[in-house]
Amino acid sequence: MRGKIKDVEVIERLFSVIRTLVGVGIALVIALILIAAVSDNPVEALMGFLTGPLTSLSRLGNVVEKAIPLFFTGTAVCIVFSCGQISLCIEGIFYITGIACAAIATQTGLAAGVHPLLCILAAGTLGALICAVPALMYIKFDTMTVVSSLMINFICLHIGKYLMHYVMRDPKAGFDASYKFQATARLSKLFSKTNIHLGLIIAIVVVVIGYLALYKSPWGYGVRMTGLNASFAKFQGMGVPAMILSASMAGGFLAGMGGAVEQLGMYKRFSYEGLSGHGWDGIMIAVIAQNNPKLVPFAALFVAYISTGADVVNRTCDVPIEIISIVQAVIIMFVAAERFLEGWKQRKIVQASQQAELEKRAAENKEGARER
Amino acid sequence: MSNAAQAAAPAAADVLSMQHITKIYGNGFMANKDICFSVRKGEIHGLVGENGAGKSTLMKVLFGQEVPEQGRIFLEGKEIHIPNPLVALDYGIGMVHQHFMLVPSLTVAENMVLGAEPQKSRILFDYKKAVRLTREVAEKYNLPINPDKRVIDLPVGYKQRVEILKILLRGCRILLLDEPTAVLTPQETIELFAQLKNLKKEGFTIIFISHKLNEIKEICDRITVLRDGQVVGTADIDDVTERDISRMMVGRDVMMNIDRGAPAPRESILSVRDLGFTNMYGKKVLRDVSFDLRCGEIVGIAGVEGNGQSELAAILTGLSRQQEGTVRINGKDASKMSIRKVREEQVSFISEDRMVYDLVREGTIEENLVSDRFYKKEYKKGLLMDRKKMDREAEELIEGYLVACDGKDAYMRTLSGGNMQKVITARECSSSPRLLIASQPTRGIDVGATEFIRKRLVELRSQGAAILLFSADLAEIMQVSDRILVFHGGRIVAHIPRTEEIDETILGEYMLGIRNQSEEEIGGAVFER
Repeated sequence: MRGKIKDVEVIERLFSVIRTLVGVGIALVIALILIAAVSDNPVEALMGFLTGPLTSLSRLGNVVEKAIPLFFTGTAVCIVFSCGQISLCIEGIFYITGIACAAIATQTGLAAGVHPLLCILAAGTLGALICAVPALMYIKFDTMTVVSSLMINFICLHIGKYLMHYVMRDPKAGFDASYKFQATARLSKLFSKTNIHLGLIIAIVVVVIGYLALYKSPWGYGVRMTGLNASFAKFQGMGVPAMILSASMAGGFLAGMGGAVEQLGMYKRFSYEGLSGHGWDGIMIAVIAQNNPKLVPFAALFVAYISTGADVVNRTCDVPIEIISIVQAVIIMFVAAERFLEGWKQRKIVQASQQAELEKRAAENKEGARER
Repeated sequence: MSNAAQAAAPAAADVLSMQHITKIYGNGFMANKDICFSVRKGEIHGLVGENGAGKSTLMKVLFGQEVPEQGRIFLEGKEIHIPNPLVALDYGIGMVHQHFMLVPSLTVAENMVLGAEPQKSRILFDYKKAVRLTREVAEKYNLPINPDKRVIDLPVGYKQRVEILKILLRGCRILLLDEPTAVLTPQETIELFAQLKNLKKEGFTIIFISHKLNEIKEICDRITVLRDGQVVGTADIDDVTERDISRMMVGRDVMMNIDRGAPAPRESILSVRDLGFTNMYGKKVLRDVSFDLRCGEIVGIAGVEGNGQSELAAILTGLSRQQEGTVRINGKDASKMSIRKVREEQVSFISEDRMVYDLVREGTIEENLVSDRFYKKEYKKGLLMDRKKMDREAEELIEGYLVACDGKDAYMRTLSGGNMQKVITARECSSSPRLLIASQPTRGIDVGATEFIRKRLVELRSQGAAILLFSADLAEIMQVSDRILVFHGGRIVAHIPRTEEIDETILGEYMLGIRNQSEEEIGGAVFER
């Protein structure tokens, strides 16, 4: 009996790894087929896509730069999803908190150390408040979080557009963009030949704290149990509404931090023309990482890598960047499909059970023979 | 007694034969191992075995609810495939489940035709025809029922009758009854048996699942005994004694007997006064319920399911709020306390719905063991949880409660029902409770785990805890409780101050509402005015 259970668990763990790998593999194959279809020189394009990010220090730097905001949004989504809230507003939060950050980063008269800190904390607070809205609506009115949080993205987007066009616009910029950030606000570069900035350190700290909070602290235990079975959590005496609200706010806070860090590390002024996609990427990363912040860096670097690969191909070959959207969509489809390869898993489990049964019988026979 | 090998050979008289059925569930549990099972036309065939022996799984395979990994099914000598219940019904195989598959808010007639509704002008539902069909089939088989009554208003015995009539209406000739007596009182059981014998006379073939020996002996012509997913043997009922069957079922002689010893009740810890509750359908399901529970005693709540026990349990465990009356725990008004506050009064709960309230299937065993204490100071180390302490405690509990598992980090869903319940019991009993409210603590689990859990309850009581035990299993109530309260129609209809002095038949009469105690006798459940 013991052996059998062990076998089943090994199969299940193996299965989730294989499922992820196969999903990614299929996605890449589809990407390669697409490249071959649109490119005059597919071999070069394929190589560029797969190995391009490794070919120079600055490209390698690009991978890390792209991954930094994803550390934030990925961890944020892990926390919110762990509590069972399928909240999609991280996308809108990342955008609007970038603007909030810009509003403070353009102010003068703040000290270098304090200025970015203030920007990041303000953006985080705003993110927490926004993410609290769908949670409260769920708690108070039983509103479907998916719907309300999705709507919040549009509210964030259009408030942001209004602000950029009518309130915060730098008329000299020539397009909808804020004034330039003060030098005191910007996050300094870490390495000379790349754009990797201080935000990387903050991002790593956030992932570590996210992991400890979710998997090692009593609060995180409550959050996860609430997400896995809210009725159970309630019956065991946990405050389910408080868990949902606090997890949502924690996630919103991290996403807001990410929105600010991205602006202060990568840009001279806020110039997004719309939602940036970092929130959606965060969802994809959380799904790949199975809501565990520990795996977020790997997932984020993977996503950043294929995104950089697409940039390389786009710049050097005749393959449009749209390809990458298709790859990402296919990955999320295959990784998120829990029953994908289910038949294979069931066959393996059946085999293991039968094997264990045979061994048990053999052992019994042996024992019987000895008794005789 | 013929052995399993002989039973495997299809005989001419067999109306139905299942050959080499193997069913393995997604968690690796092999519920049926190479089972061969045949029934003859016009017999009542008992499918017998302990909980978890694979009886229900085998019947689900036959009814198309589970698809087996291996095996073939023959109906009157011809091989058939049953991918879903609709196909089974087409072959004339119908099943009455242990938990009724009826829509409570619909009438009997509506439930009867569900899935095969008679139509008017091709689009409208013909209710009159549904009523007529119901009347016809009820008369034909002498099972009278009022077609216009809503199912929610029917007593359990009649709900079951609707289920049986429903498959008769669909033209089924082979009836599968999954533990039909589990929810019935002794009197209702007698009535059911008379009906089944009648149906047998009409030429129906009945497969009767049970683990109650006296019933099997009374009603079955032949039996097949399952143990651990395998056929132990098939026999004519006249060739075996109850003792033989018991030995075949369990593999050893078992007499569950727990020596409770005399209770030593002390101060009252739970006092319920004039409790009333009206459910969401506007039905008054609890009225004027008053009783006391003292430390050092086990009080059993008996009653046919659906007579207010579930609602009382829900109120006492904080899942719903009473509308009338008071509940005091340790002398404190519990009506405004959060569940955590109640638990901090050293109260533990085991709910009747363990998959929903008592465990997290996707969590590890350890995560399931610490859910009532993880936030407490002694389980913290700085801001984080003291995982070492939790690990140690989880390992101790797994060992102490004989949980068969692969260690504290195994997922809960990999455990069998009995072991899941042991984990729950371990958690709820290890927090040194002064009051334990346990609903159906052994429902649907194997005999070993049942025995273990019952003993643990008695042990806890002997250490001075108060236990309120809700159970649909009369034997459990009689075996474990010091006192018994009987519920009928949302009221306490009897208070039995000493379990030893009551006999099962009289208890059954109380449960059915045939017999009532005087106000004074019932008032004996209240100790402090």
